[in-house]
Amino acid sequence: MSEIRRRDPRREWIARNRLHPEHASVLAEQGGAASEWLGPNGVIRKNPRAIGFIGPNGIKRIDRSGAQQGGHAAGAARQAAQDSRRQVEIPEPAFLVAVVPELSGGRLSGHDKDLLGLARRLADADPARPGAVLAVVFGEHKEDAFGEAGIDRLLHLPGDGYAGFAPEARLAALTAVERELAPRHWLLPDSPLGGADLGRRLALRLSERPATGVWHIEHDDQAPLGWRCTARGAAESLDIQRPLPRVALALAECAEPVDETRHAAEPVSLVETLPSAFSRIEDLGQVAVDPAGVALAEAEFIVSAGNGVKDWESFHHAAKVLGATEGASRVAVDDGFMARDRQVGATGTWVTARVYLAVGISGAIQHLQGIQTCDKVVAINLDPGCDMIKRADLAVIGDSAEILAALVAMVEQQRGGQRDAA
Amino acid sequence: MRPEQQGIEVAVLVSVGRHPITGRARRADQDARGLEMALGLEHQLPGSRVSLLHAGPRSEEGEAALRGYLGMGLDTLTLLEQAEGSDAIPALAEHLAAAPPQLVITGARAERGEGSGLLPYALAERLGWPLVNGLAAVEKVENGVATLLQALPRGQRRRLKVRLPAIVSVDAAAPAARQSAFGPARRAELAATAVSAEPDRELAEWQLAPARKRPKRLKIVKAASARDRFKAAAAKAEGGSGQVLEGVSAEQGAEAILKLLNEEGVLR
Ligand SMILES: Cc1cc2nc3c(=O)[nH]c(=O)nc-3n(C[C@H](O)[C@H](O)[C@H](O)COP(=O)(O)OP(=O)(O)OC[C@H]3O[C@@H](n4cnc5c(N)ncnc54)[C@H](O)[C@@H]3O)c2cc1C
Repeated sequence: MSEIRRRDPRREWIARNRLHPEHASVLAEQGGAASEWLGPNGVIRKNPRAIGFIGPNGIKRIDRSGAQQGGHAAGAARQAAQDSRRQVEIPEPAFLVAVVPELSGGRLSGHDKDLLGLARRLADADPARPGAVLAVVFGEHKEDAFGEAGIDRLLHLPGDGYAGFAPEARLAALTAVERELAPRHWLLPDSPLGGADLGRRLALRLSERPATGVWHIEHDDQAPLGWRCTARGAAESLDIQRPLPRVALALAECAEPVDETRHAAEPVSLVETLPSAFSRIEDLGQVAVDPAGVALAEAEFIVSAGNGVKDWESFHHAAKVLGATEGASRVAVDDGFMARDRQVGATGTWVTARVYLAVGISGAIQHLQGIQTCDKVVAINLDPGCDMIKRADLAVIGDSAEILAALVAMVEQQRGGQRDAA
Repeated sequence: MRPEQQGIEVAVLVSVGRHPITGRARRADQDARGLEMALGLEHQLPGSRVSLLHAGPRSEEGEAALRGYLGMGLDTLTLLEQAEGSDAIPALAEHLAAAPPQLVITGARAERGEGSGLLPYALAERLGWPLVNGLAAVEKVENGVATLLQALPRGQRRRLKVRLPAIVSVDAAAPAARQSAFGPARRAELAATAVSAEPDRELAEWQLAPARKRPKRLKIVKAASARDRFKAAAAKAEGGSGQVLEGVSAEQGAEAILKLLNEEGVLR
């Protein structure tokens, strides 16, 4: 085709003039309502009337993100945005940063992700000689997004020996990692279940003086490892600035979690077989505690009742059989069916349960605020359009009493079966 | 025919605490809980002996705080006297190794100094004893094996068996300490022995400052356009990917819920 662009000023003028009788046909010729074209002086001209779409309420909306015309493209655009993480491979790392995540409930917690963000800062400090982040994972897990969290190498040590309270077995494994892979940094979360115990044991075994309660790090050329850290001391009343030691136990929000890259999470294994350590500590398992005695704010599993619960006797029975702590919406509390200290939500308790079972709760914003940090929300409700269903990871539409009764029967059957088998 | 119960030797390591608001010296909360647990054990196992141990400098303020422990019903406290800023671990380890008790109870973290919570671990490593952290209760001690309850987050408890001698650390989950009586505290004896001290050189090099408030994490929305940013800021919490079961029988619904509960491992 010829390079020279032929223009018809008259037709352009008609296209711009909405009142011209030939306007529509000229526009159609130009390929629909052109919203942008090159003007006579080489300037881009826009027709604001040709852009946008009619919104759901019959009002014209203009989306200036350039992402869409009409409501359909939006989903695709967002999909594309989610996949925009950069793939990073570090085939020959200059050094290793070992992280031992706590994996509460088998998944990376927010604390773990912050810690991995910190590990990435240490690893990526020098772009010419990047380090790799090695995660050591004990026992079974349910996580499938290790790469997204910033892990390059994954050392998974399965086996029952690491279940429960097994500091000696875990410590033996970590010392084997130290011998074989000799990471430059060891990072653990300073959290009661995870690294607070293991990290201190590891540090002393490696004869390092660890930094505990680390919440900030920065470059420092004087320090032996090139970093200095700020750590909390003396019952949270002191900030200690010191060179970053090899072993550090970090607090939550010590760094931003990884969100722009995706890493390989390539499995690695140890050459030597780990000896099954002789343990002087025997774990006899968790003790059944009365779920009603557990504070609502820290309960792990909550069954919460709202206005949709009519049969309170069977609700209490269900909570007991499931071994869950009871919660309630404000309506249930105001109507006198539940105690005030059981209320979940903005004016009640902000809960942190891993599993929140909402029975007959519509999901008012004041209630949803209270369950923001819950991991899994299960809803039982009659109304498929209510907000709780939108929040829920699993929603069952149906009558609460019937479903709870069926659930109770199944749980009892499962327990009975186990007891017979045992 | 009740088996003969034997008393055990319990050493409680105590420190000088710091009141969180006024900053004055006091008996440290966790250490006092540890002593309370030891006194409970003395009650439970007649013939047990509880001894108190502290390593550090002798000062008027510190002494008043240490007497707070004595006021809980003890006659003496052994003070390993050291210069200010020395490392307490070698002195304590030496003292414990010389006359080993069966059980050593410490607080999880000190309220002054580095407060890193390393002391019980360092002692365990030096003495080669097992260590259990976060103790909630001692259930029983039999034939040199202690059955303990360990506190887990979310109000849960775990039962452990530990061969003695052992070190255990207590935190806020242990039973609250009884009040300290002033008169007995004044009358009790503070038995001081001077010990050799290695100064903690590393700690002296660090910069200590009163804790700054940590910056609040901002919710950073990385979006290409104003529209996406607005949507992210104004959006209600949405699961989005949630599974909705509609038109199923109650049994099918319950089955799906049960599956999720089993996967999450919350049913016991
Ligand atoms: C200032 C302020 C503060 C507030 N703070 C709180 C707070 O902290 N916590 C809180 O919870 N609320 C709070 N509220 C109240 C809140 O706005 C809602 O009114 C309340 O949460 C609704 O409770 P609900 O979902 O139980 O009841 P409803 O909104 O009546 O919902 C009942 C749900 O049960 C379903 N249902 C009915 N029958 C059945 C059945 N047989 N089986 C299954 N499902 C059934 C219905 O479909 C419906 O979705 C506050 C309100 C205000 C104004």
